[in-house]
Amino acid sequence: MTDPEIASPSAFPEPSVLATHSAATVRPVHDEFHGDLLEVSMGPQHPSTHGVFRMVVTLDGEVIVKLKPVFGYLHRNHEKLGENTTYLGSMPYTDRLDYLCSMTNNWAYALAVEKLAGQPVPERAEYVRVILAEMTRLVNHMCLVGFLFNDLGTSFTPLLYAFREREKFIDLFESLSGSRMMCNFQRFGGCRANPSPEWLGAVSKLVDGFPKFLDEYEQLLTGNEILLARTQGVGCLSPELAVQAGITGPMLRASGVGYDIRKADGYGIYPRFDFRVPIGAHGDTYDRYMMRILEMRESVKILQQALRDIPAGPVMDPKSRLRNFRPKPGEAYGRIEGPKGEIGFYLISDGSPNPLRYRVRAPSFVNLTVIEDMCLGRTVADSVVILGSVDIVLGEVDR
Amino acid sequence: MENLEQIRDRLLARFPGAEVTLINNPGPSAQHSLLLGLAQAREIALFLRDDPALRLDYCSNATGIDWPAKEFTDVVRTPVKDAAGATLRILEEKTKRVTPGFLEVVYHLYSMEKKHGPVVIRLRTGNRTDQVTVPSLTPVWRSCDFQEREIFDLYGVNFEGHHDLRRILMWDGFKDHPMRKDYVAPDDYEWEPTPHGAVLEKAKAHYPAPPPATVP
Amino acid sequence: MTPEAPITDNEREELRRQGIMLTSLQEIYNWGRSNSVWPLQFGLACCAIEMIATATARFDIARFGAEVFRPSPRQADLMIVSGTVTKKMAPQVIRLWNQMPEPKYCIAMGACAISGGPFKQGYNVLKGIDRFIPVDIYIPGCPPRPEALLNGLIELQKKIRGEKLTGPNAARHLRPDGPGERLVPEFGEHDLNPPHDPEVWQAPSLPRKT
Repeated sequence: MTDPEIASPSAFPEPSVLATHSAATVRPVHDEFHGDLLEVSMGPQHPSTHGVFRMVVTLDGEVIVKLKPVFGYLHRNHEKLGENTTYLGSMPYTDRLDYLCSMTNNWAYALAVEKLAGQPVPERAEYVRVILAEMTRLVNHMCLVGFLFNDLGTSFTPLLYAFREREKFIDLFESLSGSRMMCNFQRFGGCRANPSPEWLGAVSKLVDGFPKFLDEYEQLLTGNEILLARTQGVGCLSPELAVQAGITGPMLRASGVGYDIRKADGYGIYPRFDFRVPIGAHGDTYDRYMMRILEMRESVKILQQALRDIPAGPVMDPKSRLRNFRPKPGEAYGRIEGPKGEIGFYLISDGSPNPLRYRVRAPSFVNLTVIEDMCLGRTVADSVVILGSVDIVLGEVDR
Repeated sequence: MENLEQIRDRLLARFPGAEVTLINNPGPSAQHSLLLGLAQAREIALFLRDDPALRLDYCSNATGIDWPAKEFTDVVRTPVKDAAGATLRILEEKTKRVTPGFLEVVYHLYSMEKKHGPVVIRLRTGNRTDQVTVPSLTPVWRSCDFQEREIFDLYGVNFEGHHDLRRILMWDGFKDHPMRKDYVAPDDYEWEPTPHGAVLEKAKAHYPAPPPATVP
Repeated sequence: MTPEAPITDNEREELRRQGIMLTSLQEIYNWGRSNSVWPLQFGLACCAIEMIATATARFDIARFGAEVFRPSPRQADLMIVSGTVTKKMAPQVIRLWNQMPEPKYCIAMGACAISGGPFKQGYNVLKGIDRFIPVDIYIPGCPPRPEALLNGLIELQKKIRGEKLTGPNAARHLRPDGPGERLVPEFGEHDLNPPHDPEVWQAPSLPRKT
């Protein structure tokens, strides 16, 4: 502490203040316990942060002693826009929350509005929703595994496989809804279009062939030595901390907590289907990877049952109103099990065409609560893999 | 799960002197909520989390709501009658009443262990300007960590006892609370071909209509 | 003063048949550049997924020589602004642009990068990246299909092939006065400071018939 420049507190303001203002990506910091440390700013432009996420990492050598996530680089004012538009007008915005899974976002929002207005949904629409949601889950998990391997350093190959298969799914989404990614398909009281038998046949064919792809994918990846070395025992999350921090989705189940909203709430028609909820034992990155693979297999089972049982009929409740929709004053919180975890919408109506409060409970945002706990004591390279296994989409994190 | 009235009665028995009010939700969803007094909110939250019958161990959603001051006009109509009893005219007496504005924080609680929920609890601030401090529930449920920071950022609710209360979505030097109803966004309007609604107002301000041509 | 097309196409074709390739420095320079555009690996929002889809097997941006996505701006020629630029992100985007060496090009991919798109009324959304960075190609769509991105790339290649090496209309990177770096805004108390770069963007004037 001889150098007054370094010793004086003004030379190094609090990291939090500098974290958002400083243009510097690497700078030395002094910590009275650890001595000289290095603060590295990863992001917002970083190939491994899945978008514009930023982590301010304090390093002791190569080991992480502190990690602060910085949000807001994709804060698109979703909630404010939702309060300034009609209930139906928010539906296309929900597509852009988690832009890999627009169908489940639509469903969560439609479910919340249906709760708010007491709107029933026809039987066929429930089946269509389940089919689309499970297809979305397949797409999301496939891509996540691809991105996770990108973070492990495979440079694109698993992602190419995943996107090859994803194209088949989003072709079906496009033929049904008109858009590849932003489907804008669910409505309050049903769905926008009634899928034709040919479309359902095409889904059936794709789903029946999916386990073969999954076998190929797993053969390529699951036993891989690098995967095992880089993920087993990395980023462990205890079940107590997972529950306390509100983690949901595959990440929670990888820690050994059997909580799936499809089972717990039984929303839609999920109680009719026979499927299991895979649960991990260690809560490490490898378990989080395996959860995705196992969930895809369960989703295939749900899809096969739904495609077998889907009844004929309308997909839109004839009494539902889309234009001039004014629900009675009240509030509702509707949630579903999205591919990333619990996605919920909290709406307050004051009887006007616009919601008084429109809130999105985004799974990736809350799942990031424990990113520091999982990364402490690991290297930077591990933090990249851990972040990849959390499965974030920035449109949803920052909204 | 017991209903909210039973929970309220148990809370009142367990915490004498605490303010726990049941707020009815008139809508079809029937998700009623409990308004907690600020003084004992954290003890009550701990109780809700650890009570063996409830075990609300999972706080799913924490969010803010802005209720600006609302002005109501009450009209009292008194008919003025003559001696025969026929109505001459009706006297209208208008009184204005202002309900004060406040900020509200809402938590949706579920139980992962018992798989029930939601139980909705609310905290209210005194007003929207200087009494905006509520106790933070992050020590009870860690999932509130980022969500409370977001409420602090966008609504300006101050959470007492939060370990790291900073802006989260906007940058640090930002001064406003944009999710409040009276927030005015910086005016960076540019020309749009078909303005409507609020945009039309901006369009008129930026591109005023030319004065009508003077006829000689 | 370089003569424009000193040799006609017919003569050149005749020479080619005789085994003689004749070209100008400008042409071969631009031909080489236009077929090896290296984009910056830089995803902002939804459009980034379609950008990745463009790079994968079905659409295969490698057919146009632009498959080498570089994570570092120092090695990139093309910035594909793929998604909403928020005010919090804008200084970083412009800093990345400044770090890219000339010659560099910018594609505004999607409605958000062009004008703010569906999020235009948001308080934290920059209403178009062209308020700070000169944009070469605009690709509409929300998000644009991969084919649209490929089309945008082809249009950019056409633009690169048409660039002059010398003279007053020479490409920006060959002019000594050509500005390579752009103003990086600062975070203000309510908005970015300044909200747009007056050298790059001016509010449109009243589009009304007089």
